[in-house]
This record gives sequence, structure tokens and C-alpha cells, in this order.
Amino acid sequence: MISIRTLTSTTILGLMLSASPLAAETHPVTNEALADEQVFVYRVGDEFASIDPQLSEDVQGGEFIRDLFEGLMNQDADGNLVPGVATHFEANADNTVYTFHLRDNAKWSDGKPVTAADFEYAWKRLADPETASPYSWFAEEMGIVNISEVMAGDLDPSELGVKALDDHTLEVRLENSMGHFPLMTTSEPTFPSPRWAVEAHGDDWTKPENIVSNGAYILTERVPQERSVRERNPLYWDNQNTILERVEALVISDESAALTRYLADELHRTEVPTGQFGALSEKHPEEAVTFPRLCSYYYFINMTENTHPALLDPRVREALYLAIDRDVITNAILQGGEFPAYSFTPEATANFVSPANPAKEMTQAERDERAAALLAEAGFDGSEIELDLLYNTSESHKKIAIIVSQMWKQKLGVETVLQNMEWKTFLEARSNQEFDIGRAGWCGPYNLASSFLDLMSSTHAYNDAGFANAEVDRLLDEAKVSADPSANFTRIEEILTTEYPIIPIYHYAGVYMMDETLRNWPVNNVEQKWYSRALYFAAE
Amino acid sequence: MSDTTVAELSHEIEGSGQGRSLWQDARRRFLQNRAAVVSLIVMIIIALIAIFGPLFAAWNNEEVDWNVLGDIASMGGPSIENGHYFGVDELGRDLYARVVQGTQVSLMVGVIGSLIAVTFGTLYGATAGYVGGRTDNIMMRLVDILMSIPYMFVLILLLVVFGRSMWLLFVGIGLISWLEMSRIVRGQTLALKSKEYVEAALATGVKHRVIVTRHIIPNLMGIIVIYATLLVPQMILTESFISFLGLGVQEPNTSWGALISEGASTLQYGTYWQLVFPLAFFIVTLFCFFFIGDGLRDALDPKDR
Amino acid sequence: MTAFIIKRLLSAIPTLLILIIFSFLLMHSAPGGPFSSDRPLPPEVLANIEAKYHLDDPLPLQIWNYVVGVVTQFDFGPSFQYKDRTVNEIIGQGFPVTLTYGTISFVVAVVFGCALGMMAALKQNTWLDYLAVGISIGAQVLPNFVMAPILVLIFTLWLGWLPGGGWNGGAWPYLIMPVIALSTSFMASIARIMRSSLLEVMHSNFIRTARAKGLSSRDILFQHALKPAMLPVISYLGPTFVIMITGSVVIDLYFTTGGIGQAFVNSALNRDYSVMMGITILVGCLTIFFNLIVDILYAWIDPKIKL
Repeated sequence: MISIRTLTSTTILGLMLSASPLAAETHPVTNEALADEQVFVYRVGDEFASIDPQLSEDVQGGEFIRDLFEGLMNQDADGNLVPGVATHFEANADNTVYTFHLRDNAKWSDGKPVTAADFEYAWKRLADPETASPYSWFAEEMGIVNISEVMAGDLDPSELGVKALDDHTLEVRLENSMGHFPLMTTSEPTFPSPRWAVEAHGDDWTKPENIVSNGAYILTERVPQERSVRERNPLYWDNQNTILERVEALVISDESAALTRYLADELHRTEVPTGQFGALSEKHPEEAVTFPRLCSYYYFINMTENTHPALLDPRVREALYLAIDRDVITNAILQGGEFPAYSFTPEATANFVSPANPAKEMTQAERDERAAALLAEAGFDGSEIELDLLYNTSESHKKIAIIVSQMWKQKLGVETVLQNMEWKTFLEARSNQEFDIGRAGWCGPYNLASSFLDLMSSTHAYNDAGFANAEVDRLLDEAKVSADPSANFTRIEEILTTEYPIIPIYHYAGVYMMDETLRNWPVNNVEQKWYSRALYFAAE
Repeated sequence: MSDTTVAELSHEIEGSGQGRSLWQDARRRFLQNRAAVVSLIVMIIIALIAIFGPLFAAWNNEEVDWNVLGDIASMGGPSIENGHYFGVDELGRDLYARVVQGTQVSLMVGVIGSLIAVTFGTLYGATAGYVGGRTDNIMMRLVDILMSIPYMFVLILLLVVFGRSMWLLFVGIGLISWLEMSRIVRGQTLALKSKEYVEAALATGVKHRVIVTRHIIPNLMGIIVIYATLLVPQMILTESFISFLGLGVQEPNTSWGALISEGASTLQYGTYWQLVFPLAFFIVTLFCFFFIGDGLRDALDPKDR
Repeated sequence: MTAFIIKRLLSAIPTLLILIIFSFLLMHSAPGGPFSSDRPLPPEVLANIEAKYHLDDPLPLQIWNYVVGVVTQFDFGPSFQYKDRTVNEIIGQGFPVTLTYGTISFVVAVVFGCALGMMAALKQNTWLDYLAVGISIGAQVLPNFVMAPILVLIFTLWLGWLPGGGWNGGAWPYLIMPVIALSTSFMASIARIMRSSLLEVMHSNFIRTARAKGLSSRDILFQHALKPAMLPVISYLGPTFVIMITGSVVIDLYFTTGGIGQAFVNSALNRDYSVMMGITILVGCLTIFFNLIVDILYAWIDPKIKL
């Protein structure tokens, strides 16, 4: 058995060392001693469908694309805008025309310079219905001139309001004033694509042997359902400040299997399974990390004619809202530093003033009492109500659904039928309104109240539950063109806590096991836009 | 019984007489097999637990014990004091109540699934074998075709397509297992058909339906019983795999497979009881079915003595 | 013999056609499609995507085109989920993985299963027999999704001997746990079948005659008993081999080996129609092929059996 042990450990060691050990000795800014080996291995739960910037739609793919490609602007560790391919930009007085100035030393991995035309091509490609991008709605959010007509196929993509004035100047014209437009250029769909490679290889251009990219890393290996590897790009303009040599994403669908492999030192980062943070941080205080995210976990209530009739009474909805003991969910079930949610928009959202909410100030006993009273006032006996609670397959959704159904049952007598469905079936049931209550999670794409409250518009694509409130729609429309819309958002939240179309439950936290020598993880970046080139391993 | 003929009556007497001695013989042999008898007793006890277990539970299978929630690893272990004889699951629900309820579901899947498989397989195989000729040819060709269908894949597809109703699980699991049965039954039927007493019955004008129900099926009982007993553990195993994939029964209902799969994934957090109790029931039951199956085969299949 | 093989291969054609049509219809009746997503696509985009993958054709035409593509060009189409991969590439990547650990598991299961079964039969009713029977039933009833995490806990977390998952081109430390987890229950079944079939043969008249002639036990076993005793084992091995080389979904999911078992489950959940079809057809072909092999082996072992 001894021979097995030695042989195995050499094999693993050999694997880990296969990257170049030429990392810098100390960190250029902090002067901290660096580890000899700068290889970052992390777990992804599911393989990303594409690493084409204009086609990718999942979080894992986004992480990859941010390393392979670089957009006009980047985010720093706190989520502030910093230069990317563009060194600076200016906007006209009413924020409808933006001009980006590109650096002249940015190169593609095949040596060609990165030009404004590459961005123009990419954005038109995103909008072009021929590309058939599942993420094309993002182009619509960007509000570029003629976008709706182009997407509908009524206008040629060349009519889109984006233009390369010269190799290093890109001009964008917007239909409406939009102050946060530059923030959008940190999102992956706006990253440039190399026209020559796309045209030469078609759909295959993202394969390791064909891909041309302009980011700090290049794709070197992609084994479906097993691993994807990116390695340092020597042609990247800021290459001398990149420390990690190699980044590997391993596909491990089972969370607890991933944790075991983390504990066996095969991974540097993995998600903490629901409810295990407490125990893990006791055993590994340096490695278990948690940080708040701008995300809300909530239940939405079907308010169409297909719903349970009791749910059409706002008092019943409020009773359901009140009877959920959020502290039990965050402290006893999740245990990972999540915050109880009483409003949809997290209070930490920039420029957001949350309205007074009496329910939040009550004790849970008071809430329960009020919930029972409301239900009685509405003329319902809880035991006569049976609700279908729809959620998609996942351990933590299951746990929360079970606990919530028990809370409703014990406090209000309301029976719940749990409907666990795998994702595609869930989507179908949701869009056909075959549920009474459904679960959802939402991460605001920007640190703005509008990235949450836009969902409450009666016409929003996510609004499957049939909530329509004329005042909310009007406030949202106003907010789009207002210089300071924060009062509008406060008012919308107020409406949400009188109408209760949704039941917020908690605000997410990022809960990870992370190697204690891995430095610079941007825990304060609420969108969790992390870039491998900013990370490094310190010497132990 | 108006169309009963003398010949048929005499066959009936002869047939049932033969059957009785065969079954008495078999019972004697079965009772001599100690492992099989012990297994049968244990099996009966497990079935009784499944039926009457809830009467002894301090909690029901969906109630959450809020006192232990949040610290299951240190407070949720087996305890007589708080009524959690087997401890609690990850959500503070009583594991005893859940194991009992899971036992009901798993045994039902096993028994109903194999009943479906055996009934369908027997009818199909007996018909093919008895009718013979071209019908037999076509029917068995169809079985061959169905046998090349990767059945686990089809089951996954079925569950994805039609949601996860418990009845579908029973039927789905049963329907994919009748093929083997139909082949065995057909073979036996062919052999029986050429026996003198069947030929005599045919010659005296006894109706086919009567021959099949009086002569063919009773003589197939031995092999059917053996096969059914061996199918049950297979069904239970299949169900556990389905539950592992997350395509099994809906919460708050559970099954051994679901409990074991949860227990296995939390094993490393120190909540060993979440795996041990359901797994013990599962393993003991499967052991019993195997031993009972072996015992029945030895008892009913004289050439194997 | 040749006529038999040709006949069987010909009869595989309708079988596969039925399999294709059946899976096609089943798949298309599943709720949601490959392009349904959290945020519904704009109708123009959806129309373009469906046109690109010919999902807007009537079903019979889709099936026809699919069959024609498969038969004439061996083209199973592009994956709907992974934009830069074809089904051929996905199977080409995943099948060798599954084939590798499946074949090794198969050999392990056959060797150890037969040995265990023979030992039990030859030492019937001794403690060796009981031990072998106990081990084999125990191994048969322990689901591999329980065995996998236990193996990983022991060999990866506590002892640190083996990597907890991954494939790494099939390097042998990555193979050990998948092979143990996959082969155990099959080994147990083989042992049980071997034991009972060998017992039956050993009690038959021709073995008694051989014994009466004074042949040694070893000669009796290897020259006379083993061959007929293998018959039931072989008929079990045919379908088993297919199940093993097409991979256990559990092994793929737990050890992240990247085999086609996982690819199949993912494609079913993502409604990646073409990948699902491709893998179903692959497994169907293998099943047909190995059933044929079993029949041929049967005829070789027992000439009384007519093909």
C-alpha cells in the first residue's frame, strides 16, 4: 500500500506543478511573498453552455469570459468602474451619447490590435436576430438607438446606433438618457469578438484550437463535463501584473463531493453546502468565508385567474408573508451569513432608501398573531386553503419550501403541496401559471434599485405571476428618465408591502470554502465580478 | 359452470390434487431452509413496522422539531427522551417516522412494480407460448425489440416527461421489467403444452381459456413466485437510483432511496444516523428477499435440490 | 451461422427505427424545449434558433431528416446546448471514458465474481460458502451512490491515497474508485449465478459418471463442469456488459469522470434533443450487438442450441 501512496502523491503533485513556476517572487503592490505555484482550481456545479461573449448566458460562463475577453470597462474589487480596453469615456449633457476612447496597446491573442470596430461588430452581432443569441435581451436593456427594430428584424444591424469613429474611438447613441450605461460595458455580452475568427470557423470559433481572445488568459483545454483550463496570455496589455499562471474550472455537480475534494486539497474554492457553514468555519476558520450579495430569494404569488381564490385577497397574502420566520431560515437552515429579507430590494443597494415597514420591527410572535388575525379577517379558515408551492430541484430550495410549508401549516393551518420540478418543467409550469406560489431568486445586475424593481413592471419578461399595478408601472417609467429616482423606488417598495405580490425571504450571501493563501478575492464586489488576473496565492 | 364437462372436472380434480401435493411438498422443503424462514419472519416484522410503525411514533413524518433545528449534528441524534428514536433528518424531522413512511413507499414500489411486471409478463408469455405459430413469432420479436431499448434511459426520460407521480413510478418500474418474465413464461408454456394431459384436454374439446387458467397458469405458479420474489429487490434498487437522481417521490413523502441518498451526502458532517437507519432497513429487506427467493426456488424447483 | 448473423443484423434495423421514433416522440412531449430559459427569448430570436436547428419542421420530417443524416453521413447533428460541439464530438469524448472504466470494471467483476461463485459452490455449506454468499449479497444490495461517498471519505479524505474525482485522461489513480464502485454489485450477481449454476451441474448425472470414473476434482471442474455452468453466467453478462460500458450515471455524477452517463442525464434535463438521441441510439446498438454475441457464444458452448 505504501507504493500506492507515493505513486499517487507524485501523480497529483506532477499535475499541480505542470504549470510554469516562473511566478514573481513578491506582489508588486503589497510586496507580499508569493507562492511558487500560481494555479487556481475551482469548482463549477454545471458546465457552461458557451464561452462566446455574445451567446453565453450563465454565471459560470461569465466568469470564464471575463478572463478570456476584456470589455471597455472593468470593475475593481469594490465594484467601481476602472478602465478596461477603454482608457476613458465621455458622455453628452443628457447622457444619450457616449464616446469611449480605446487604449492603443490592447492586442488580440493572435497579435492583431483590438479596435473600436471589434466592439461595433460584437454589439451588432448581439442584436442581430440571425445570431439568435439567448442573451439578446441585454442589447435591448442597453437601449441603443434602433435596437428594437434591429432585434425584430425590421432594420439591418448596420442601422444600430453604435459606430467606430476610428480605430480607437467608439460612439454609442442611446434612445433615452441612461446614467449607468458605462456599467453595462463590464457585462460579458458587450465584450468584443474577433470577426475574422468568427467568420472563419463559425460556431466552432470558441474551441481551444480556434479561439482568438483579448483577455488576460487564453483557453487551452476544454473537456466537456470535466474541466476547462485557461492560461496566461502573454500578449495581454497588462500581462506583467498578472500573477496567476493557470486557472482550472472543474465540473463537479455534487456539492458534498466537491467539498470532500476541497478538503482533500484538490480544489481552492468551492461552495459551502446549505447549512454547513457553521460547522466548517469552526474547523477551518481561515477558509470558510461569507460575504453579503445583492440578491433576493423570494416567493411570488400567482395573481392570475388560475390561482387559488384565497390568494386574490391581499390580507391572505400578507398573512403568508408574516407567518414566515425568516430568522429560523437564515440562522437554522442556511447558516451562512444570509440576511432576512422583508423587502425585495436589499437595503444595502446604492442610493436606496427603504420605506418604513412595521412588519420588520415586530417580534415573530407579534407577526404570527397578526397573520392569524388577518386570515380570520379575510374570512378564511386556514385548513380550507391548500396551495401548490412550485420550486425547481435543489437541496436548498427543497429545505426552504419544507420549512415554510410547516410554518404556514402550524401557524395558519394552511396546507401546502410541494411541487419539486426539474428546471425546464419548472419554467413551463411557471409560464403556464400552473402554481399558486413559486420560488425565485434574483441578483441585481447592477448596484441600483431599478435592477430589482424593474421586475415588478406588468410587462417585464419575468412577470409570470400576473402582478399589474398602474402606479408601479408609472413610477418605473418616471424613474427611467428622472435624475434622482430614489423616491420612486421607495414608493414602489411601499406598494409591495401593501399588495404583497411577492414574499421576500432572504438576501443571499456568497458562502465559500477558499484556500487561505488565495488573496484578493473581491468580497465587496456585490455583483461578484471577479477577474483571475487580480488574484494570487501568497507564500505560506 | 354450465358448460363443465366430465373430462374437465376430472382434470380439475387431478390438477388441483397434483397442485396440492406439490405445494405441500414445497412448503415442507421451504420450512427446512433456515435462512429463508428467518428471512420470512424478519420480512413480516418489517412489513408490520411499515403498517403499524406510525402508531408508536412521537412525531409525524413532516413535523419539524424546532428545538433541534440549526444544530442537528450535536442535538439531532437518536434519543428516547425527545421521541426521536432514530434521530432527526437535516430539517429536524423525525427520522423514525420518515423511515417508517419510506418503508411503506419502497415496499409498495417493490411489490406493486413486480406485480405489474409479473402479471403482464405472464399473460404475454403464456399467450405467445400457448397460441404459438406466427402470433408467437411476432410477439417474441417485439420482446426482442423492446429488450434492446436502454431501459434505464427510458425510465429517466419517462420521469422527466411525465413529472413525478408515485403511480407513474410504480408503473414505469413495472413495465420495464416484464420482458424477461414473458420469455421465461413462454418457454415454460411451450413445454407444458406438449404434456399429455393438456393434449388430452384439447382432444376432449375443453376450451382454450379453461386450459390456460386450469392447467397452464397453475403449473407456472412456481416460476412466477420465484421470479416475483427476486424482482422485488430489483425494483427497490431501481427506485433508490431514481431517488438519487432527484426524480423520485415528492416531499414530504420519502422512500428508502431518498433517505439513503440524503444520508450518504451528509455522512461527512457527522450525522451518521441519517444514513445508518434507512440503510439498515434497506439492506436487511433486500437480504430477506434474496434468501426467500433462493428458498422458494429450492422448494419449488425440485431438480435443483 | 452466417445466415443467422445476417438475419439478426437485418432485424436490428426495424428495432433501431422503433427506438428512434419512440425516443423522438417521448422527448418532444417533455415540457419545455432546448431553448426555453428563465427569461423567455424574444419571438424573433426563438424563431431564428428553431429554424437554425430545423425544429420548426413538422415532426415526421424532422425524424426523416434525422434518420437520413445518421444513415448517410453518420451525422447525429449539433448539440443544442453546447454551441460549439456536435453530438459526434460529445460521444467521441465521453464514450472512450465510459468504455475504459466500464471494461475494466467488467473484467474485475467477471474474474472476482466467477472465482467467488466457484469457491462457494465447491465448498458448499462450509463457512467459506456462507462467507462468499454473505459478501455477494451484501455487495449486491449496497447502492453505488452509498459506496461512492464512503470510498471517497476513506481513500481521499482520511488516507489521502486517491484523488476524489476527475478523469485526467484515465490515469490509474483516477480509475480505482470508479471501478470498485461500479463493479461490486455486478461481481456479486455473477458470483451468485455462478454458484447456483455450478452446483446444479456438479449434481448432474454426467459429473457423477465422471467422478465414478475416478477423474480428479480439478479435471472434473475444468474439463466438464465449468463450460455448461458458464451458460447462465454468459446470458447475464451480455446485457450487463452494455450496462457497464455505457456507464453508470452515478459514477459519472459522483466522480466527475465525464462519461456518457452524465452526458445523457444532462441532455435529458436540458432537453438537448440531439445528444439524447445520439446516446440512446448508441446504447441501443450496443445492446443489440452484445445480445447477438451472447447467442453466438451460447451456440459455441452448447452445440445442442440451435441458432
